[in-house]
Amino acid sequence: MSKTWFAYVASVFVLIAAMLVGVTVGSVSIPVQVLWNPNMDEAASNILWNIRMPRVVLAGLVGASLAIAGAAFQGLLKNPLADPYTLGVSSGASVGAVVTLFFGISVPFLGLFTLPVFSMLGAFLTMVTVMSFAKLIDRAMKMETIILTGIIFSSFLGSVISLMISLSGEELRQIIGWLLGSVSMRGWPYVTMALPFMSIGFLLLWLNRRELNALVFGEERAKHLGVNVKRRKMMILTGGSILTGAAVAVSGTIGFVGLVVPHMTRMLWGSDHRHVLPLSFINGASLLIICDLVSRTIISPSELPIGVITAFIGAPVFAFIFWKQRRKAGA
Amino acid sequence: MLKVEGLTGGYHDASVVKDVSLHVGKGEVLGILGPNGSGKSTLLKMISGVLPLKAGTVELDSQPIETYTSKELARHMAVLPQLHAHAFSYTVRDTISLGRYPHQSGFFSSWSETDEQAIQDAMRLTDVKMYEHVYLDRLSGGEQQRVFVAQALAQQAKVLLLDEPTNHLDIAHQQQLLDTIRMQATKNGLTIISVFHDMNLASLYCDRLLLMEDGEVKIIGEPHAVLKQKQLESVYKARVRSHPHPEQPKPQITLLPNLSELQGEHIIKKDHFAVSNEYVVLQASFPLKTVSSAVVNPGFGWFRTFVNRHVDATYECDDSTKEMFDYLQAKGFSTTDTVGMMTAVQTNHVVIEEYVGTFGSLIIAVTAGVGNAVDVSKAFEREDEPYVGTINTWIIVNGKLSDEAFIQAMITATEAKTKALQNEDVRDSITNTLATGTSTDSLLVAATQKGELLPYAGPITELGKFIGRGVFECTTLAIKRYKVAKGM
Repeated sequence: MSKTWFAYVASVFVLIAAMLVGVTVGSVSIPVQVLWNPNMDEAASNILWNIRMPRVVLAGLVGASLAIAGAAFQGLLKNPLADPYTLGVSSGASVGAVVTLFFGISVPFLGLFTLPVFSMLGAFLTMVTVMSFAKLIDRAMKMETIILTGIIFSSFLGSVISLMISLSGEELRQIIGWLLGSVSMRGWPYVTMALPFMSIGFLLLWLNRRELNALVFGEERAKHLGVNVKRRKMMILTGGSILTGAAVAVSGTIGFVGLVVPHMTRMLWGSDHRHVLPLSFINGASLLIICDLVSRTIISPSELPIGVITAFIGAPVFAFIFWKQRRKAGA
Repeated sequence: MLKVEGLTGGYHDASVVKDVSLHVGKGEVLGILGPNGSGKSTLLKMISGVLPLKAGTVELDSQPIETYTSKELARHMAVLPQLHAHAFSYTVRDTISLGRYPHQSGFFSSWSETDEQAIQDAMRLTDVKMYEHVYLDRLSGGEQQRVFVAQALAQQAKVLLLDEPTNHLDIAHQQQLLDTIRMQATKNGLTIISVFHDMNLASLYCDRLLLMEDGEVKIIGEPHAVLKQKQLESVYKARVRSHPHPEQPKPQITLLPNLSELQGEHIIKKDHFAVSNEYVVLQASFPLKTVSSAVVNPGFGWFRTFVNRHVDATYECDDSTKEMFDYLQAKGFSTTDTVGMMTAVQTNHVVIEEYVGTFGSLIIAVTAGVGNAVDVSKAFEREDEPYVGTINTWIIVNGKLSDEAFIQAMITATEAKTKALQNEDVRDSITNTLATGTSTDSLLVAATQKGELLPYAGPITELGKFIGRGVFECTTLAIKRYKVAKGM
């Protein structure tokens, strides 16, 4: 029990520290006192509250969403290599966004939110298609079927994106920028846009924390333990795709957060989803805030796309987990 | 408790299970048997609601199973599937706690006193308490299996479905687990349906068995009605033999291997016997099926060495079996491959004769001492302790005897011995009536089990005639030698 309390205390402490560093460090260094004393330096306060803080909060929300979605998908698919991308949900969201940019779609009453809403729509449509296709192949919707379907769809959607990039002229730079992912220059509207979706997604997953523990032993076992497998599976997949869609909508494709954070959490504090989910949420936020900090300071005054940093950490971790799993399987 | 009617279904379009009906009462253990692919596991999956039914009904407590919600069903029926590997590891406690899932409800679903009690009981019953905080992947397959049994018990359901619960377990843990489950049925009225691979375990632990063939019920009934030789041979397409369990009133099944006949002569001859002052020994080059009342290795068995040892008339020992055992070991005989008898008679007075019939031959060896002769019909008048002085009779048959023939051979031999004593006018020294034997006579019938089957050995069968005549002649001669040696 004390170990669990320590996990939460340590995670929250790291998150607060990351946020403080995130808002104070940058091209202009801001004293931390400005945070509670705006009169000290009005210009600095302005940067802090209107530029840095929304950026840090958005990075935190995106990281938290991707991490908890990854943790849930891994539990559901019984596969530590799974993350939002395995189901094709991320690719779907990207296609939604790229289509918006490519055709220059602008829905009047959505205005600035045209892109995020289309990207979420893409995520949902992909989700529904993947699920329907998987169900068509195998009525019981076995895990393997869903993973394979996800791979098929993300490959297909990936080529759709490539096609549009090849066909596009001046929008090219913008799309590539999108694909690499970023949380810069978004501001508070993006935070308020993403927050309700992310809250719903988080709630859906958190309600299934014990069901996820049962599902790790297989769908049949979970059913025998009294889990309404079909409904719970749908809830988890929906929650996960809302989180992924919202994250991709506001920040583009940022890979590997959903893989690295749950893995570290499990390694440090065990696989119980009652704790893996909230801890992944907190630590996912911290990780992306730190990654964002690195991305905007390491080659200052230029900025590195945040996806580059996460992939730089994530790919070796992916390789490590893969190697460990294969060794465990005795192959 | 659980009623299944006309169940038909399987995977995709094929019906693996066809028209299965069964009824299991409270506290009953039903075992499902059948060859690979006969639909055992599929039937279990259909009963547990994992596979859809094409036709038929499953009723639990007189209520169709589809009308239960997932959690309700899990509170009434626990299922233990075959063990699979899993990607993430939980502690044993966390794993067993999942068994309480169907009993928890509400937003935060707190852990109650009842929940804690249930998992503590489950851990105690399955003997996994010491692993409570250990991670599951650190345990062996057998230990993991016990953890999952604990998880199922923690559900506290009234019906338990098991799919080969003793897979991965060594015999000690097989016994422990099945004893535990059986006890739950007997004491707490748990209703159990279990798929078994091992017919003998199923026979021991189940009240009734269901034998499946090609997805259909071949027979359902008590173990003795289901585990019948002919029936199993036709369903499993294998040669088997049924025999009683040594302790429980349940049949056990033994596989009969189809091995080609071993090369070489398999005949016992008179000159295979060796006689010395110390013992008479028959050393065969192959095992003989033997039934005897010897001191070492009595009862039925297969043995190569047979020893009739001379001991002094004053021989006295608290544990003669152990003394004889040590003796055989000291003389270089294998104690697991030797039948050992004792006699106070001089072993070189043994009478060994060979008789040849159309079926083969037999050899009879007798050592006789009649100092302790008894009239069995008057024995109730005696109160003395038995002492050494005995008739040891061996009958070695070059032939294949049925179990009945072994028993009849013993009857025939005993009657012939009694007749010989009568003819020699051997008397019970206390009652002064004609003796029927001595107080410690021993008999051994051994057969090579080669050649044609000799189903009977009664007095007027060919084998019986040789035994009757041979035992009579040999015993008579042995008594005469004894009398001469004693100067009678």
